[in-house]
Amino acid sequence: MANGSAHTWTLLEAARKVREKEISSQELTRALLDRIDALEPKVHAHITILREAAIAQAGERDRELAKGIERGPLHGVPVGLKDIFCTRGVRTTCGSRILHNFDPPYDACVTEKILASGAVLLGKHNMDEFAMGSSTETSFFGPTRNPWDLARIPGGSSGGTAAAVAAAMCFAGVGTDTGGSIRQPASLCGVVGMKPTYGRVSRYGMIAFASSLDQAGPIARTVSDAAALLGVIAGHDRRDSTSLDLPVPDYLAAVRRPVRGLRVGLPKEYYEGGGLSPEVREAVEKALKALTDQGAVAVDVSLPHTEYALATYYLIAPAEASSNLARYDGVRYGHRAEGAAGLIEMMSKTRAEGFGDEVKRRVMIGTYALSAGYYEAYYGKAQKVRTLIRRDFTKAFEAADVLLTPTAPTPAFRLGEKTGDPLTMYLSDIYTIPCNLAGIPGISVPCGLSATGLPIGAQLLSNHFREETLFTAAGAIERALPPPRTAPLEG
Amino acid sequence: MAITREEVLHVARLARLAMSDAEVERIGGQLSTILDYVKQLDRLDTRDVVPTSHAVETGTPMRDDVVIPFGDREAILANAPDRRGDCFRVPRIIED
Repeated sequence: MANGSAHTWTLLEAARKVREKEISSQELTRALLDRIDALEPKVHAHITILREAAIAQAGERDRELAKGIERGPLHGVPVGLKDIFCTRGVRTTCGSRILHNFDPPYDACVTEKILASGAVLLGKHNMDEFAMGSSTETSFFGPTRNPWDLARIPGGSSGGTAAAVAAAMCFAGVGTDTGGSIRQPASLCGVVGMKPTYGRVSRYGMIAFASSLDQAGPIARTVSDAAALLGVIAGHDRRDSTSLDLPVPDYLAAVRRPVRGLRVGLPKEYYEGGGLSPEVREAVEKALKALTDQGAVAVDVSLPHTEYALATYYLIAPAEASSNLARYDGVRYGHRAEGAAGLIEMMSKTRAEGFGDEVKRRVMIGTYALSAGYYEAYYGKAQKVRTLIRRDFTKAFEAADVLLTPTAPTPAFRLGEKTGDPLTMYLSDIYTIPCNLAGIPGISVPCGLSATGLPIGAQLLSNHFREETLFTAAGAIERALPPPRTAPLEG
Repeated sequence: MAITREEVLHVARLARLAMSDAEVERIGGQLSTILDYVKQLDRLDTRDVVPTSHAVETGTPMRDDVVIPFGDREAILANAPDRRGDCFRVPRIIED
Protein backbone atom coordinates (compact mmCIF):
# COMPACT_ATOMS: atom_id res chain seq x y z
CA MET A 1 0.00 0.00 0.00
CA ALA A 2 0.95 3.63 0.18
CA ASN A 3 4.49 4.12 1.33
CA GLY A 4 7.10 6.84 1.26
CA SER A 5 8.75 5.49 -1.87
CA ALA A 6 5.82 5.44 -4.31
CA HIS A 7 7.29 8.42 -6.12
CA THR A 8 10.38 6.40 -7.06
CA TRP A 9 8.42 3.84 -9.08
CA THR A 10 8.77 3.90 -12.83
CA LEU A 11 5.84 5.01 -14.98
CA LEU A 12 5.12 1.40 -15.94
CA GLU A 13 5.39 0.16 -12.34
CA ALA A 14 2.96 2.86 -11.21
CA ALA A 15 0.55 1.96 -14.03
CA ARG A 16 0.64 -1.71 -13.03
CA LYS A 17 0.15 -1.02 -9.33
CA VAL A 18 -2.86 1.19 -9.99
CA ARG A 19 -4.34 -1.28 -12.46
CA GLU A 20 -3.90 -4.15 -9.99
CA LYS A 21 -5.31 -1.95 -7.21
CA GLU A 22 -2.18 -2.12 -5.04
CA ILE A 23 -2.57 1.63 -4.68
CA SER A 24 -5.38 3.97 -5.63
CA SER A 25 -4.89 6.75 -8.16
CA GLN A 26 -5.93 9.27 -5.51
CA GLU A 27 -3.37 8.02 -3.03
CA LEU A 28 -0.66 8.09 -5.66
CA THR A 29 -1.70 11.54 -6.85
CA ARG A 30 -1.74 12.92 -3.30
CA ALA A 31 1.70 11.46 -2.64
CA LEU A 32 3.12 13.28 -5.65
CA LEU A 33 1.30 16.51 -4.88
CA ASP A 34 2.78 16.42 -1.37
CA ARG A 35 6.20 15.88 -2.90
CA ILE A 36 5.64 18.80 -5.26
CA ASP A 37 4.67 21.01 -2.30
CA ALA A 38 7.84 20.01 -0.47
CA LEU A 39 10.26 20.45 -3.38
CA GLU A 40 8.81 23.31 -5.44
CA PRO A 41 10.30 26.08 -3.28
CA LYS A 42 13.74 24.67 -4.14
CA VAL A 43 13.27 23.42 -7.70
CA HIS A 44 10.49 25.56 -9.20
CA ALA A 45 9.65 23.05 -11.93
CA HIS A 46 6.05 24.22 -12.36
CA ILE A 47 4.16 27.24 -13.64
CA THR A 48 0.77 25.79 -12.69
CA ILE A 49 0.03 23.00 -10.18
CA LEU A 50 -3.42 21.39 -10.49
CA ARG A 51 -3.99 20.19 -6.95
CA GLU A 52 -7.82 20.02 -6.69
CA ALA A 53 -8.32 19.12 -10.34
CA ALA A 54 -5.76 16.32 -10.19
CA ILE A 55 -7.29 14.82 -7.03
CA ALA A 56 -10.73 15.00 -8.64
CA GLN A 57 -9.42 13.40 -11.84
CA ALA A 58 -7.72 10.67 -9.82
CA GLY A 59 -10.96 10.02 -7.95
CA GLU A 60 -12.73 9.55 -11.27
CA ARG A 61 -10.05 7.10 -12.41
CA ASP A 62 -10.49 5.08 -9.20
CA ARG A 63 -14.28 4.95 -9.68
CA GLU A 64 -13.77 3.81 -13.28
CA LEU A 65 -11.36 1.07 -12.23
CA ALA A 66 -13.85 -0.13 -9.62
CA LYS A 67 -16.31 -0.64 -12.51
CA GLY A 68 -13.67 -2.43 -14.56
CA ILE A 69 -13.09 0.53 -16.90
CA GLU A 70 -9.54 1.30 -18.00
CA ARG A 71 -9.16 4.29 -20.30
CA GLY A 72 -5.70 3.33 -21.47
CA PRO A 73 -2.21 2.13 -20.52
CA LEU A 74 -1.57 4.99 -18.06
CA HIS A 75 -4.88 4.81 -16.25
CA GLY A 76 -4.67 6.72 -12.98
CA VAL A 77 -0.97 7.60 -13.25
CA PRO A 78 0.07 11.22 -12.52
CA VAL A 79 2.12 12.94 -15.23
CA GLY A 80 2.97 16.51 -16.22
CA LEU A 81 3.07 18.58 -19.41
CA LYS A 82 5.43 21.36 -20.49
CA ASP A 83 3.44 24.60 -20.44
CA ILE A 84 3.54 24.74 -24.25
CA PHE A 85 0.65 22.30 -24.75
CA CYS A 86 -2.81 23.85 -24.77
CA THR A 87 -4.92 22.50 -21.93
CA ARG A 88 -8.54 23.61 -22.07
CA GLY A 89 -9.57 25.45 -18.92
CA VAL A 90 -6.02 25.46 -17.57
CA ARG A 91 -3.88 28.53 -18.20
CA THR A 92 -1.14 27.91 -20.75
CA THR A 93 1.62 30.49 -20.74
CA CYS A 94 4.51 29.14 -22.81
CA GLY A 95 6.73 30.67 -20.09
CA SER A 96 5.80 34.15 -21.29
CA ARG A 97 4.23 37.29 -19.85
CA ILE A 98 2.37 37.79 -23.11
CA LEU A 99 0.33 34.62 -22.42
CA HIS A 100 0.32 34.86 -18.62
CA ASN A 101 -3.50 34.77 -18.52
CA PHE A 102 -4.28 32.70 -21.62
CA ASP A 103 -6.99 30.03 -21.17
CA PRO A 104 -6.95 27.81 -24.25
CA PRO A 105 -10.37 27.07 -25.76
CA TYR A 106 -9.18 23.60 -26.77
CA ASP A 107 -6.80 20.79 -25.82
CA ALA A 108 -3.66 20.04 -27.80
CA CYS A 109 -3.59 16.64 -29.48
CA VAL A 110 -0.87 15.61 -26.99
CA THR A 111 -3.17 16.69 -24.12
CA GLU A 112 -6.05 14.71 -25.61
CA LYS A 113 -3.92 11.58 -25.94
CA ILE A 114 -2.50 11.88 -22.42
CA LEU A 115 -6.01 12.21 -20.99
CA ALA A 116 -7.29 9.37 -23.21
CA SER A 117 -4.56 7.11 -21.81
CA GLY A 118 -6.14 7.63 -18.39
CA ALA A 119 -3.26 9.62 -16.95
CA VAL A 120 -3.87 12.30 -14.31
CA LEU A 121 -2.52 15.77 -15.13
CA LEU A 122 -0.61 17.17 -12.15
CA GLY A 123 0.56 20.43 -13.62
CA LYS A 124 2.17 22.53 -16.35
CA HIS A 125 5.92 22.67 -16.31
CA ASN A 126 8.22 25.69 -16.44
CA MET A 127 10.13 26.35 -19.64
CA ASP A 128 12.27 28.89 -21.46
CA GLU A 129 9.99 31.57 -22.91
CA PHE A 130 8.45 30.34 -26.18
CA ALA A 131 10.89 27.41 -26.00
CA MET A 132 13.78 29.76 -26.80
CA GLY A 133 16.64 28.82 -24.56
CA SER A 134 18.88 26.07 -23.22
CA SER A 135 18.64 26.65 -19.49
CA THR A 136 15.05 27.58 -18.51
CA GLU A 137 16.47 30.97 -17.41
CA THR A 138 14.39 32.94 -19.90
CA SER A 139 11.06 31.95 -18.34
CA PHE A 140 9.00 34.97 -17.29
CA PHE A 141 8.12 33.00 -14.17
CA GLY A 142 11.71 32.58 -12.99
CA PRO A 143 14.22 29.79 -13.52
CA THR A 144 13.96 26.13 -12.63
CA ARG A 145 16.85 24.60 -10.70
CA ASN A 146 18.58 21.32 -11.37
CA PRO A 147 17.52 18.78 -8.70
CA TRP A 148 21.07 17.37 -8.72
CA ASP A 149 22.58 20.76 -7.76
CA LEU A 150 20.21 23.60 -7.02
CA ALA A 151 22.81 26.23 -7.99
CA ARG A 152 22.75 24.87 -11.53
CA ILE A 153 20.39 25.00 -14.44
CA PRO A 154 18.34 21.98 -15.52
CA GLY A 155 18.90 22.71 -19.20
CA GLY A 156 16.19 23.95 -21.52
CA SER A 157 13.82 24.69 -22.91
CA SER A 158 12.01 21.68 -21.32
CA GLY A 159 13.91 22.25 -18.06
CA GLY A 160 10.82 22.20 -15.86
CA THR A 161 9.73 18.84 -17.24
CA ALA A 162 13.19 17.28 -16.95
CA ALA A 163 13.58 18.59 -13.39
CA ALA A 164 10.09 17.41 -12.38
CA VAL A 165 10.81 13.91 -13.69
CA ALA A 166 14.30 13.78 -12.13
CA ALA A 167 12.96 14.95 -8.77
CA ALA A 168 10.13 12.39 -8.97
CA MET A 169 7.41 15.05 -8.90
CA CYS A 170 5.64 13.12 -11.67
CA PHE A 171 6.13 9.71 -13.26
CA ALA A 172 6.88 11.17 -16.67
CA GLY A 173 6.27 14.26 -18.76
CA VAL A 174 5.97 15.46 -22.30
CA GLY A 175 8.33 18.16 -23.54
CA THR A 176 9.18 19.69 -26.90
CA ASP A 177 12.39 19.81 -28.88
CA THR A 178 13.28 22.29 -31.62
CA GLY A 179 17.09 22.34 -31.33
CA GLY A 180 17.61 19.93 -28.41
CA SER A 181 15.08 21.11 -25.85
CA ILE A 182 14.10 17.61 -24.73
CA ARG A 183 17.44 15.85 -25.09
CA GLN A 184 19.72 18.47 -23.51
CA PRO A 185 17.71 18.95 -20.28
CA ALA A 186 17.24 15.17 -20.07
CA SER A 187 21.01 14.79 -20.23
CA LEU A 188 21.64 17.49 -17.61
CA CYS A 189 19.00 16.07 -15.25
CA GLY A 190 19.93 12.40 -15.58
CA VAL A 191 16.75 11.24 -17.26
CA VAL A 192 15.72 9.83 -20.64
CA GLY A 193 14.42 12.25 -23.26
CA MET A 194 13.46 11.58 -26.85
CA LYS A 195 12.65 13.67 -29.88
CA PRO A 196 10.85 11.51 -32.44
CA THR A 197 10.95 11.85 -36.23
CA TYR A 198 9.48 15.15 -37.41
CA GLY A 199 5.77 14.52 -37.87
CA ARG A 200 5.56 11.47 -35.56
CA VAL A 201 3.65 13.41 -32.89
CA SER A 202 0.96 15.94 -33.78
CA ARG A 203 1.76 19.61 -33.20
CA TYR A 204 -1.92 20.59 -33.03
CA GLY A 205 -2.34 22.79 -29.95
CA MET A 206 1.39 22.90 -29.28
CA ILE A 207 2.38 26.54 -29.23
CA ALA A 208 4.62 27.00 -32.25
CA PHE A 209 8.21 28.20 -32.13
CA ALA A 210 9.76 26.94 -35.40
CA SER A 211 7.21 24.92 -37.31
CA SER A 212 9.62 22.88 -39.45
CA LEU A 213 11.69 21.87 -36.41
CA ASP A 214 9.32 21.56 -33.40
CA GLN A 215 8.46 18.10 -32.14
CA ALA A 216 6.93 16.81 -28.90
CA GLY A 217 8.44 13.85 -27.07
CA PRO A 218 8.61 11.89 -23.82
CA ILE A 219 10.81 12.63 -20.79
CA ALA A 220 10.94 9.78 -18.27
CA ARG A 221 13.23 8.01 -15.82
CA THR A 222 13.68 4.82 -17.87
CA VAL A 223 13.94 3.93 -21.53
CA SER A 224 10.88 1.65 -21.25
CA ASP A 225 8.84 4.46 -19.73
CA ALA A 226 9.84 6.78 -22.57
CA ALA A 227 8.94 4.11 -25.12
CA ALA A 228 5.53 3.56 -23.55
CA LEU A 229 4.84 7.29 -23.42
CA LEU A 230 5.83 7.79 -27.06
CA GLY A 231 3.39 5.03 -27.94
CA VAL A 232 0.66 7.05 -26.21
CA ILE A 233 1.32 10.40 -27.90
CA ALA A 234 2.41 9.33 -31.38
CA GLY A 235 0.06 8.97 -34.30
CA HIS A 236 -1.55 10.65 -37.26
CA ASP A 237 -3.67 13.75 -36.70
CA ARG A 238 -5.49 15.41 -39.60
CA ARG A 239 -5.40 18.73 -37.79
CA ASP A 240 -1.58 18.86 -38.23
CA SER A 241 -0.84 18.70 -41.94
CA THR A 242 2.79 17.71 -41.24
CA SER A 243 1.64 14.74 -39.17
CA LEU A 244 2.76 11.36 -40.53
CA ASP A 245 0.09 8.90 -41.58
CA LEU A 246 2.06 5.86 -40.44
CA PRO A 247 1.16 3.13 -37.93
CA VAL A 248 2.64 3.43 -34.45
CA PRO A 249 4.87 0.41 -33.69
CA ASP A 250 5.18 -1.28 -30.30
CA TYR A 251 8.07 0.84 -29.03
CA LEU A 252 8.16 -0.99 -25.69
CA ALA A 253 8.94 -4.28 -27.44
CA ALA A 254 12.01 -2.68 -29.01
CA VAL A 255 13.65 -1.88 -25.67
CA ARG A 256 14.70 -5.45 -24.90
CA ARG A 257 15.88 -6.40 -28.39
CA PRO A 258 19.54 -7.41 -28.67
CA VAL A 259 22.11 -5.04 -30.18
CA ARG A 260 24.29 -7.83 -31.59
CA GLY A 261 25.47 -6.70 -35.01
CA LEU A 262 24.10 -3.18 -34.60
CA ARG A 263 26.41 -0.74 -36.41
CA VAL A 264 27.11 2.23 -34.13
CA GLY A 265 28.48 5.21 -36.05
CA LEU A 266 30.78 7.68 -34.32
CA PRO A 267 30.68 10.99 -36.23
CA LYS A 268 34.19 12.34 -35.89
CA GLU A 269 33.13 15.98 -35.98
CA TYR A 270 31.21 15.51 -32.71
CA TYR A 271 34.31 14.31 -30.88
CA GLU A 272 36.74 16.95 -32.10
CA GLY A 273 36.86 20.45 -30.76
CA GLY A 274 37.84 21.93 -27.44
CA GLY A 275 34.32 22.52 -26.15
CA LEU A 276 33.69 18.86 -25.25
CA SER A 277 34.44 18.22 -21.56
CA PRO A 278 36.80 15.27 -20.92
CA GLU A 279 34.33 13.87 -18.36
CA VAL A 280 31.55 13.85 -20.96
CA ARG A 281 33.82 12.20 -23.51
CA GLU A 282 34.75 9.50 -20.98
CA ALA A 283 31.12 8.81 -20.05
CA VAL A 284 30.07 8.52 -23.70
CA GLU A 285 32.97 6.14 -24.29
CA LYS A 286 31.52 3.97 -21.50
CA ALA A 287 28.20 4.00 -23.35
CA LEU A 288 29.97 2.84 -26.50
CA LYS A 289 31.69 0.06 -24.59
CA ALA A 290 28.32 -0.96 -23.15
CA LEU A 291 27.08 -1.40 -26.71
CA THR A 292 30.13 -3.16 -28.13
CA ASP A 293 30.29 -5.46 -25.08
CA GLN A 294 26.79 -6.58 -26.08
CA GLY A 295 27.84 -7.29 -29.66
CA ALA A 296 27.37 -3.96 -31.40
CA VAL A 297 30.03 -2.82 -33.87
CA ALA A 298 31.64 0.65 -33.80
CA VAL A 299 32.02 2.38 -37.15
CA ASP A 300 33.73 5.68 -37.95
CA VAL A 301 31.52 8.07 -39.92
CA SER A 302 31.69 11.70 -40.91
CA LEU A 303 29.06 14.45 -40.98
CA PRO A 304 31.15 17.06 -42.81
CA HIS A 305 28.72 19.98 -42.50
CA THR A 306 28.34 19.73 -38.73
CA GLU A 307 30.21 22.98 -38.09
CA TYR A 308 27.57 24.90 -40.08
CA ALA A 309 24.56 23.50 -38.23
CA LEU A 310 24.44 26.13 -35.50
CA ALA A 311 24.50 29.01 -37.98
CA THR A 312 21.88 27.28 -40.13
CA TYR A 313 19.62 26.77 -37.12
CA TYR A 314 20.06 30.34 -35.87
CA LEU A 315 18.71 31.61 -39.17
CA ILE A 316 15.91 29.13 -39.81
CA ALA A 317 14.50 28.88 -36.27
CA PRO A 318 14.32 32.65 -35.58
CA ALA A 319 12.88 33.26 -39.07
CA GLU A 320 10.08 30.77 -38.48
CA ALA A 321 9.63 32.11 -34.95
CA SER A 322 9.25 35.68 -36.20
CA SER A 323 6.34 34.48 -38.31
CA ASN A 324 4.79 32.29 -35.60
CA LEU A 325 5.04 34.97 -32.92
CA ALA A 326 3.44 37.66 -35.08
CA ARG A 327 0.06 36.55 -33.73
CA TYR A 328 0.90 37.85 -30.24
CA ASP A 329 -0.37 41.38 -30.67
CA GLY A 330 -2.72 42.02 -27.75
CA VAL A 331 -5.85 41.93 -29.93
CA ARG A 332 -7.58 38.64 -29.13
CA TYR A 333 -5.88 37.17 -26.02
CA GLY A 334 -3.02 37.58 -23.61
CA HIS A 335 -1.33 40.73 -22.41
CA ARG A 336 -2.38 44.06 -23.92
CA ALA A 337 -0.45 47.27 -23.28
CA GLU A 338 -2.36 50.26 -22.00
CA GLY A 339 -2.19 53.89 -22.97
CA ALA A 340 -1.60 53.45 -26.70
CA ALA A 341 -3.13 56.05 -28.98
CA GLY A 342 -3.52 53.75 -31.99
CA LEU A 343 -3.53 50.10 -33.04
CA ILE A 344 0.05 49.82 -34.25
CA GLU A 345 1.38 51.53 -31.13
CA MET A 346 -0.72 49.17 -28.99
CA MET A 347 0.75 46.13 -30.75
CA SER A 348 4.32 47.40 -30.54
CA LYS A 349 4.01 48.26 -26.85
CA THR A 350 2.24 44.97 -26.10
CA ARG A 351 5.02 42.96 -27.68
CA ALA A 352 7.74 45.09 -26.06
CA GLU A 353 6.16 44.53 -22.65
CA GLY A 354 5.12 40.93 -23.23
CA PHE A 355 8.28 39.40 -24.68
CA GLY A 356 11.56 38.85 -22.86
CA ASP A 357 14.99 39.74 -24.27
CA GLU A 358 15.80 36.37 -25.86
CA VAL A 359 12.47 36.26 -27.67
CA LYS A 360 12.93 39.81 -28.92
CA ARG A 361 16.43 38.99 -30.12
CA ARG A 362 15.24 35.99 -32.11
CA VAL A 363 12.21 37.81 -33.54
CA MET A 364 14.57 40.56 -34.69
CA ILE A 365 17.08 38.14 -36.26
CA GLY A 366 14.27 36.27 -37.95
CA THR A 367 12.57 39.39 -39.26
CA TYR A 368 15.90 40.65 -40.61
CA ALA A 369 16.71 37.31 -42.27
CA LEU A 370 13.33 37.30 -44.03
CA SER A 371 13.19 40.97 -44.98
CA ALA A 372 13.33 42.22 -48.54
CA GLY A 373 16.87 42.28 -49.84
CA TYR A 374 18.16 39.84 -47.25
CA TYR A 375 15.92 36.78 -47.69
CA GLU A 376 18.10 34.98 -50.24
CA ALA A 377 21.39 35.74 -48.51
CA TYR A 378 20.24 34.59 -45.08
CA TYR A 379 17.12 32.43 -44.89
CA GLY A 380 17.42 31.10 -48.45
CA LYS A 381 21.07 30.21 -47.90
CA ALA A 382 20.32 28.49 -44.59
CA GLN A 383 17.64 26.33 -46.23
CA LYS A 384 20.18 25.13 -48.78
CA VAL A 385 22.77 24.30 -46.10
CA ARG A 386 19.99 22.42 -44.33
CA THR A 387 19.80 20.15 -47.39
CA LEU A 388 23.55 19.49 -47.15
CA ILE A 389 23.22 18.63 -43.44
CA ARG A 390 20.35 16.25 -44.14
CA ARG A 391 22.36 14.59 -46.91
CA ASP A 392 25.27 14.05 -44.49
CA PHE A 393 22.94 11.98 -42.28
CA THR A 394 21.48 10.01 -45.19
CA LYS A 395 25.00 9.04 -46.22
CA ALA A 396 26.09 8.19 -42.65
CA PHE A 397 23.09 5.90 -42.23
CA GLU A 398 24.31 3.78 -45.14
CA ALA A 399 27.26 2.75 -42.95
CA ALA A 400 25.59 2.82 -39.51
CA ASP A 401 22.25 1.93 -37.91
CA VAL A 402 22.59 4.48 -35.11
CA LEU A 403 25.00 7.30 -34.36
CA LEU A 404 26.39 7.75 -30.84
CA THR A 405 27.42 11.23 -29.68
CA PRO A 406 27.49 13.29 -26.50
CA THR A 407 24.18 15.07 -25.87
CA ALA A 408 25.67 18.22 -24.31
CA PRO A 409 29.30 19.40 -24.29
CA THR A 410 29.39 19.76 -20.51
CA PRO A 411 27.33 18.78 -17.47
CA ALA A 412 24.92 21.37 -16.04
CA PHE A 413 26.39 24.87 -15.72
CA ARG A 414 25.55 27.44 -13.02
CA LEU A 415 22.60 29.83 -13.15
CA GLY A 416 23.74 33.07 -14.74
CA GLU A 417 26.93 31.55 -16.11
CA LYS A 418 26.00 31.81 -19.80
CA THR A 419 23.35 34.53 -19.88
CA GLY A 420 25.84 37.32 -20.64
CA ASP A 421 26.45 36.40 -24.27
CA PRO A 422 23.79 34.80 -26.50
CA LEU A 423 26.31 32.90 -28.64
CA THR A 424 27.83 31.18 -25.59
CA MET A 425 24.39 29.86 -24.65
CA TYR A 426 23.67 28.76 -28.22
CA LEU A 427 26.80 26.59 -28.21
CA SER A 428 25.21 24.26 -25.60
CA ASP A 429 23.09 22.89 -28.43
CA ILE A 430 25.82 22.00 -30.95
CA TYR A 431 25.26 18.25 -30.70
CA THR A 432 21.49 18.31 -30.65
CA ILE A 433 20.66 20.87 -33.36
CA PRO A 434 21.64 18.93 -36.51
CA CYS A 435 19.05 16.23 -35.75
CA ASN A 436 16.16 18.72 -35.87
CA LEU A 437 17.42 20.19 -39.14
CA ALA A 438 17.40 16.72 -40.70
CA GLY A 439 14.08 15.73 -39.11
CA ILE A 440 15.55 12.50 -37.74
CA PRO A 441 14.79 11.12 -34.27
CA GLY A 442 17.20 11.33 -31.33
CA ILE A 443 17.28 10.13 -27.73
CA SER A 444 19.41 11.04 -24.71
CA VAL A 445 20.05 8.30 -22.16
CA PRO A 446 22.00 8.70 -18.89
CA CYS A 447 25.49 7.19 -19.11
CA GLY A 448 27.31 8.42 -16.03
CA LEU A 449 27.97 11.12 -13.48
CA SER A 450 30.72 13.73 -13.43
CA ALA A 451 33.28 13.78 -10.62
CA THR A 452 31.04 16.24 -8.78
CA GLY A 453 27.96 14.06 -9.22
CA LEU A 454 26.31 15.80 -12.18
CA PRO A 455 24.49 13.67 -14.77
CA ILE A 456 25.90 13.06 -18.24
CA GLY A 457 23.85 11.77 -21.16
CA ALA A 458 24.71 9.99 -24.39
CA GLN A 459 22.78 10.82 -27.53
CA LEU A 460 21.70 8.27 -30.10
CA LEU A 461 20.45 9.32 -33.54
CA SER A 462 18.80 7.16 -36.17
CA ASN A 463 17.26 7.58 -39.58
CA HIS A 464 13.69 8.77 -40.10
CA PHE A 465 11.01 6.52 -38.57
CA ARG A 466 13.60 4.33 -36.79
CA GLU A 467 12.65 5.19 -33.20
CA GLU A 468 12.60 1.47 -32.40
CA THR A 469 16.33 1.21 -33.14
CA LEU A 470 16.94 4.10 -30.75
CA PHE A 471 14.98 2.40 -27.97
CA THR A 472 16.88 -0.84 -28.58
CA ALA A 473 20.28 0.83 -28.34
CA ALA A 474 19.27 3.06 -25.42
CA GLY A 475 17.86 0.05 -23.59
CA ALA A 476 21.17 -1.77 -23.99
CA ILE A 477 23.11 1.19 -22.57
CA GLU A 478 20.68 1.48 -19.66
CA ARG A 479 21.00 -2.22 -18.79
CA ALA A 480 24.80 -1.95 -18.67
CA LEU A 481 24.95 1.46 -16.96
CA PRO A 482 21.85 1.70 -14.75
CA PRO A 483 21.48 5.28 -13.50
CA PRO A 484 20.16 6.29 -10.08
CA ARG A 485 16.39 6.45 -10.56
CA THR A 486 15.87 9.89 -9.02
CA ALA A 487 17.98 12.90 -8.09
CA PRO A 488 19.24 12.82 -4.47
CA LEU A 489 16.90 15.59 -3.33
CA GLU A 490 14.66 15.20 -0.33
CA GLY A 491 11.74 17.36 0.70
CA MET B 1 29.31 43.52 -40.36
CA ALA B 2 27.71 46.06 -38.11
CA ILE B 3 23.97 46.47 -38.44
CA THR B 4 23.14 50.18 -38.50
CA ARG B 5 20.79 51.94 -36.10
CA GLU B 6 18.47 52.68 -39.03
CA GLU B 7 18.34 49.00 -39.94
CA VAL B 8 17.57 48.03 -36.36
CA LEU B 9 14.74 50.56 -36.21
CA HIS B 10 13.42 49.35 -39.59
CA VAL B 11 13.40 45.71 -38.44
CA ALA B 12 11.81 46.67 -35.12
CA ARG B 13 9.05 48.45 -37.04
CA LEU B 14 8.47 45.39 -39.25
CA ALA B 15 8.39 43.19 -36.14
CA ARG B 16 6.08 45.58 -34.28
CA LEU B 17 8.47 45.85 -31.34
CA ALA B 18 8.69 49.17 -29.54
CA MET B 19 12.26 49.82 -28.42
CA SER B 20 14.07 52.36 -26.25
CA ASP B 21 17.27 53.97 -27.55
CA ALA B 22 19.30 51.90 -25.11
CA GLU B 23 17.63 48.72 -26.34
CA VAL B 24 18.20 49.64 -29.98
CA GLU B 25 21.90 49.97 -29.26
CA ARG B 26 22.13 46.80 -27.14
CA ILE B 27 20.11 44.60 -29.48
CA GLY B 28 21.90 46.11 -32.48
CA GLY B 29 25.22 45.01 -31.02
CA GLN B 30 23.95 41.51 -30.28
CA LEU B 31 22.41 41.19 -33.74
CA SER B 32 25.68 42.23 -35.36
CA THR B 33 27.53 39.54 -33.44
CA ILE B 34 25.02 36.86 -34.44
CA LEU B 35 24.88 37.99 -38.07
CA ASP B 36 28.67 37.91 -38.21
CA TYR B 37 28.60 34.36 -36.91
CA VAL B 38 26.05 33.13 -39.48
CA LYS B 39 27.97 34.66 -42.38
CA GLN B 40 30.18 31.54 -42.32
CA LEU B 41 27.50 29.82 -44.42
CA ASP B 42 28.84 31.85 -47.38
CA ARG B 43 31.87 29.55 -47.39
CA LEU B 44 29.66 26.81 -48.84
CA ASP B 45 28.89 26.52 -52.54
CA THR B 46 25.13 25.92 -52.67
CA ARG B 47 24.41 27.03 -56.23
CA ASP B 48 22.99 23.64 -57.25
CA VAL B 49 21.40 22.76 -53.92
CA VAL B 50 17.63 22.59 -53.52
CA PRO B 51 16.48 24.28 -50.31
CA THR B 52 14.80 22.18 -47.59
CA SER B 53 11.71 23.65 -45.99
CA HIS B 54 10.24 20.32 -44.89
CA ALA B 55 12.75 17.70 -43.73
CA VAL B 56 10.37 14.74 -43.97
CA GLU B 57 8.39 15.06 -47.18
CA THR B 58 4.75 14.16 -46.91
CA GLY B 59 3.23 16.12 -49.77
CA THR B 60 0.14 18.22 -49.16
CA PRO B 61 -2.64 16.23 -47.49
CA MET B 62 -6.11 17.03 -48.81
CA ARG B 63 -9.52 16.79 -47.25
CA ASP B 64 -13.11 17.38 -48.34
CA ASP B 65 -14.19 21.01 -48.17
CA VAL B 66 -16.64 20.48 -45.33
CA VAL B 67 -17.24 23.06 -42.61
CA ILE B 68 -16.67 21.69 -39.11
CA PRO B 69 -17.90 24.25 -36.54
CA PHE B 70 -15.56 24.89 -33.60
CA GLY B 71 -18.46 24.86 -31.21
CA ASP B 72 -17.25 27.10 -28.40
CA ARG B 73 -17.02 30.74 -29.46
CA GLU B 74 -17.53 31.84 -25.86
CA ALA B 75 -14.26 30.20 -24.82
CA ILE B 76 -12.47 32.08 -27.60
CA LEU B 77 -14.07 35.43 -26.74
CA ALA B 78 -13.48 34.91 -23.03
CA ASN B 79 -9.77 35.62 -23.59
CA ALA B 80 -10.45 39.01 -25.15
CA PRO B 81 -8.61 41.88 -23.45
CA ASP B 82 -11.45 44.19 -24.56
CA ARG B 83 -14.68 42.66 -25.78
CA ARG B 84 -17.77 44.36 -27.23
CA GLY B 85 -20.48 41.81 -28.00
CA ASP B 86 -18.90 39.26 -30.29
CA CYS B 87 -16.09 41.58 -31.34
CA PHE B 88 -12.56 42.26 -30.16
CA ARG B 89 -12.29 46.00 -29.54
CA VAL B 90 -8.98 47.67 -30.40
CA PRO B 91 -7.60 51.22 -30.54
CA ARG B 92 -8.27 53.00 -33.81
CA ILE B 93 -5.85 52.75 -36.69
CA ILE B 94 -3.74 55.88 -37.00
CA GLU B 95 -1.88 56.35 -40.28
CA ASP B 96 1.53 57.91 -39.83
